[in-house]
Amino acid sequence: MDNFTFGITMTVVGTGATFFILGILVFVIRLLKTAFPLSLPTEAEQKRQGGGA
Amino acid sequence: MLESIIQGLAGLTSGFEFLFTQGLPNIIMLCIAAVMFYLAIAKGVEPLLLLPIGFGCFLVNIPLSDVMHQGGILKFLYDIGIETEIFPLLIFVGIGAMTDFGPLLENPKILLFGAAGQFGIFLALLLALALGFSKVEAVCIGIIGACDGPTAIYVTAQYAPQLLGAVSVAAYSYMSLVPIIQPPIMRLLTTDKERRIRMALGKPTVSARTRLLFPVVVTLATGFIAPKGLPLMGMIMLGNFLKESGVVSRLTGASENEIANVVTLFLGLAIGGTMVGQKFLTVETLGIFGLGFVAICVDTAAGVLLGKLMCALSGGKINPLIGAAGISAYPMAARVAQVLGHKYDKQNFLLMHAMGANTGGQIGSVVAAAVMLSVLQGMKLI
Repeated sequence: MDNFTFGITMTVVGTGATFFILGILVFVIRLLKTAFPLSLPTEAEQKRQGGGA
Repeated sequence: MLESIIQGLAGLTSGFEFLFTQGLPNIIMLCIAAVMFYLAIAKGVEPLLLLPIGFGCFLVNIPLSDVMHQGGILKFLYDIGIETEIFPLLIFVGIGAMTDFGPLLENPKILLFGAAGQFGIFLALLLALALGFSKVEAVCIGIIGACDGPTAIYVTAQYAPQLLGAVSVAAYSYMSLVPIIQPPIMRLLTTDKERRIRMALGKPTVSARTRLLFPVVVTLATGFIAPKGLPLMGMIMLGNFLKESGVVSRLTGASENEIANVVTLFLGLAIGGTMVGQKFLTVETLGIFGLGFVAICVDTAAGVLLGKLMCALSGGKINPLIGAAGISAYPMAARVAQVLGHKYDKQNFLLMHAMGANTGGQIGSVVAAAVMLSVLQGMKLI
């Protein structure tokens, strides 16, 4: 394989695959956040914690 | 008797004889070591790396030094830590333990800045090929553009060890020069209005379980697609998993302190040991430094341009300056975005968003390296 073909292949596949993998990770992070949402303490819980302090 | 005294004295003066007959490269390298000491001590430029690298360079260039010969201390460190690739991987465990991926998890789409921040790798690779470097050497030089020292060392030590000194010194030098290199490019590519865009901080949305699962999921996803990069990604995510688990504070502490410190010292010395004047002072080295500079400029420009695109797509909610933080130089690149944004609007605080892009750059640089290695393997070049 000549250098020109190698360079262009590496550039196209490299940038494409990097974006693709990071795109997948964005999707996966969103899935994780949906599956395991942050549960903030309710007002009653906050009051209980405040009262106990 | 007199003859043996003269022979004995000759043994003591052979270093000087070497210096005055063929020692010009050594003298130049000793001066370069002195410059590294100056930059590290007086200017605070990456002192943790530049001091040991400079001292390794200093030791190896003293005429007739045998520290890099078989059995020498630097050769020993090189063999056990760089040839086996253990040192950069151990440093990655420490980096993972130190990194907070929280800002990235809060706003996952900014992970894409970590991909844009790797464009320079590929332009540098093309230019290196045009300058006559071999294919694998061009990949190693391109990886300077990842702005990620351990990744550059890991790949170069494996596939182009003859370039290790130049590539690693270039990578760390440019990482430390990010605050000087990036701002002019960021100003050039953004308007005054764009630089003033404020990005609000929303309420926290990331649960502890998401933080804990993130390193596992990233390792799985990248390992399946680009398995050649698994040691790199695996180690950085191991460090982060230790930190997020919250149950091994001793291991987390050791990873980010004792292990990282000891390995940094040994790694720096061993890299400095590769900087023997007769091999280092070549046109190739100059070319590598030039290509590394181009790569980091292009990374910055690509990040800002993606930032402008995302700004347009989001209806002006994203400040393009944070795109420049999509390189791996953590946390310098994030600070640069914050400082520049703050300069144009004193009420603008971009740091958390820029930190997110910056940690995205850390992941992006490892992913880009993993992809390149996997493609090289696919082409049967490694």
